[in-house]
Amino acid sequence: MTASNPPIEAKRVPMRLSGWITQETVLAFTIVFLSLAVGLINPNFISERNISDILYNSSYIAVAALGMSLVIVSGNIDISVGSLIGLLATIGGRLAIGQAEGGYPEIVAFIVPIVIGVASGAVTGFFVAYLRVPAIVVSLGMLSILKGGLILWTGGEWIYNLPRWFQFAQERPLGLPAPLFFMVILTILMALWMRYSATGRAIYAVGGNKEAARLSGLSEKRIIMTVFMINGFMVGIAALLFAGQFNAIQSTVPPGVELLIITAAVVGGVSILGGTGTVVGATLGAILIHIIPSAMIFANVSSYWRGAVQGLLILLTVLVDLYRRRRQSYSGRG
Amino acid sequence: MTALLTLSQVTKSFPGVRALHEVRFDVLPGEVHALLGENGAGKSTLIKIISGVHKPDSGEMHFDGVPVVFNSPREAQARGIATIYQELILYPELTVAENIFMGHAPRARFAGVSWIDWRVMNERAEAVLESLNIHDLDVRRKVGTLSVGKRQRVEIAKALSINARLLIMDEPTAALSEADVTRLFAIVRLLRERGVAIVYISHRLNEVFELADRVTVLRDGQYIDTQIVSETSERDLIASMVGRTIDNLYPKLPARIGETVLQVRDLVRYPYTRGVSFEVRAGEVVGLAGLVGSGRSELAQVIFGILPAQSGEIRIDGRQVRIEHPGRAIAHGIAYVPEDRGTQGLVKQMVIRENTSLAVLRAMSSGGFMRPKRERDLAQHAIGQLRIRATGTEQIVGKLSGGNQQKVVVSKWLASKPRLLIVDEPTRGVDVGAKAEIHRLMSELAAEQGLAILMISSELPEILGMSDRILVMREGQIAAEFTRAQSTQELIAAAMMGGGSSSRTSVPAVAAAITEGAYR
Repeated sequence: MTASNPPIEAKRVPMRLSGWITQETVLAFTIVFLSLAVGLINPNFISERNISDILYNSSYIAVAALGMSLVIVSGNIDISVGSLIGLLATIGGRLAIGQAEGGYPEIVAFIVPIVIGVASGAVTGFFVAYLRVPAIVVSLGMLSILKGGLILWTGGEWIYNLPRWFQFAQERPLGLPAPLFFMVILTILMALWMRYSATGRAIYAVGGNKEAARLSGLSEKRIIMTVFMINGFMVGIAALLFAGQFNAIQSTVPPGVELLIITAAVVGGVSILGGTGTVVGATLGAILIHIIPSAMIFANVSSYWRGAVQGLLILLTVLVDLYRRRRQSYSGRG
Repeated sequence: MTALLTLSQVTKSFPGVRALHEVRFDVLPGEVHALLGENGAGKSTLIKIISGVHKPDSGEMHFDGVPVVFNSPREAQARGIATIYQELILYPELTVAENIFMGHAPRARFAGVSWIDWRVMNERAEAVLESLNIHDLDVRRKVGTLSVGKRQRVEIAKALSINARLLIMDEPTAALSEADVTRLFAIVRLLRERGVAIVYISHRLNEVFELADRVTVLRDGQYIDTQIVSETSERDLIASMVGRTIDNLYPKLPARIGETVLQVRDLVRYPYTRGVSFEVRAGEVVGLAGLVGSGRSELAQVIFGILPAQSGEIRIDGRQVRIEHPGRAIAHGIAYVPEDRGTQGLVKQMVIRENTSLAVLRAMSSGGFMRPKRERDLAQHAIGQLRIRATGTEQIVGKLSGGNQQKVVVSKWLASKPRLLIVDEPTRGVDVGAKAEIHRLMSELAAEQGLAILMISSELPEILGMSDRILVMREGQIAAEFTRAQSTQELIAAAMMGGGSSSRTSVPAVAAAITEGAYR
């Protein structure tokens, strides 16, 4: 402690195999293994077309799961994202078909839904952070309001004749589906940001121990606001990817999407108790939950099993998470 | 007398840790056997093996002369082994009687249908409490409404209701007030007379000398020795626990007192802070004593902005400041090591590096992004400076022992380069070795770097041993002030009580506060 006591050189952590067994590597391995296994049964499964389809379909879920994993890491949850995707997709679609008549630039149809997504996230975040309403309750309220509002506004009508420029998700730059680029680039950016930014660190701290984070001078309210707003941003992009996939969109809420998104994050290793998990895991989780139903079709398993398999996957990952947490708490105290 | 329980050559490993290595241990009926050791010495693992939570990797356990293997706590309980853990395991929404008879409630039967016989259960619960000389506990009351001391008595009654022959108590006094400690000791002595064997774990050596017949010391998972308490001394026990002699638990260096760093005037935050004025100067350690509920911790929280002041003024270096939240306090050079490191100090699933930088994220980053090298160096420095026993900067904090966790909290706050360090119970639940190290660090920081330190503590020897000046709080106000030279345990204890006018305290409390001094 003084000059007479030279500091003990702390040992470097030895590289061990166990360091490599993370949720992300397990998922990546599972994805590859499952693809090869089903590919052996039915080679069409690993055809370029099917792989491209799977990635195409999982992209918008993955982008939304990025935002969701931030929310869950911070110790919260948002179950309104499915409704928000429906609303934002409809807003984007309406602005797109009205563009020629209204005479505003095309970009408006992309910007407005994202801005509304962020604003909606700010509302949810405000209730959670400043009014201290549990996130599950706030987002349940938001879910109903958005869903009901959308039906009132549109009566659930289809939007046809979407202009070609709005269907950007169907483009294939470099021969790959456009949504894939969004998924990959956003995942990398978010992963770097969560890992290396001071705010990312603060999000983990707030999710891990809100009280300790607050006493360390972090503004947990501002951090929770930020998290929900980023989530709203991601949902905005996901909604545009979703809307851009089709020639026509139904202005209702796609059923069960929020569950798919939460599942992707949780299967990706984001702890439902907050404080741990990565966005890379969430993206891999989104891919895995799309591979499984497709694999079942190619392996000739009844698609009625799909829900059950997804449920098992969630239970399994949560169990693994709890087991890992138990092992992490020091067992030799005293 | 033959031993009730004997363990021989017990070894237990967890992934990455060898918690116990060929440990032996025995308990006689009607004996209080203290188990001593620093945090991480293996005490908890040992009692978990005895109570069936863990299975040993090798070694034997005999109960009543018969070899036993417990596959679950239930099997241990069936043999009459009951454990009272530090965190009491009670159902707050159930009544005292329901808690006592959880899992083995007396049942009534009629026409093939059976149900809990509430009348018999309440009567039996009362009988169990009576047998422990506990007369002030209503068995129909919900446990959640009881004080910690009373809840612990419920736990003991629960243990007796299964006819426990061996009772294990893991740091039973950690959360108790002085008066409750006195009650607890009386109950333990009563049980001993009845032939119950008791394994008693505590960090407080004076309790061992007051209560125990024999004492076994563990260190680093190894058995060191077993001694008869009346034939040993504190110095010897400390030496066996830490493996070296600690000459001085309170290595206080002479203070060079400088300018006033913190000045507080008429600070008010109802109901706990009612017009407090004092100052702390550079290089000075000011001890803040007071009974639980006197407003000590709350005063620290007002200064640190957790409970912002309603009126009054705070000056840092003579400049008046407003502190509305902890962030402001940190900006003004105040650091606060909170009372409860688990819930307030650490993010346990984070690694050491991430915890040490938590209060200085801004300094550890540029352009909003962390500088990995700067952060690693900080953690590396902390590990060296505080001698944190860890595998490296990337070890998860939850895996460290209590003393090392506390060192991480302290290092987090030193990283913020504070002018004023407020520490609240800096060595609670910390073993002797780590305690001496934390004390030495505080003393050096004050004497050599001119840090102003405000130290809150319930341990009078710590207050007396470490402080240059002592403030005593009572009912939200500073009741007395002593210089280092003036102060004695008796004076401080008397000031804490306020001359016996306070309704909360009693003579045993004064006595207990003074006996803590046996530790010195």
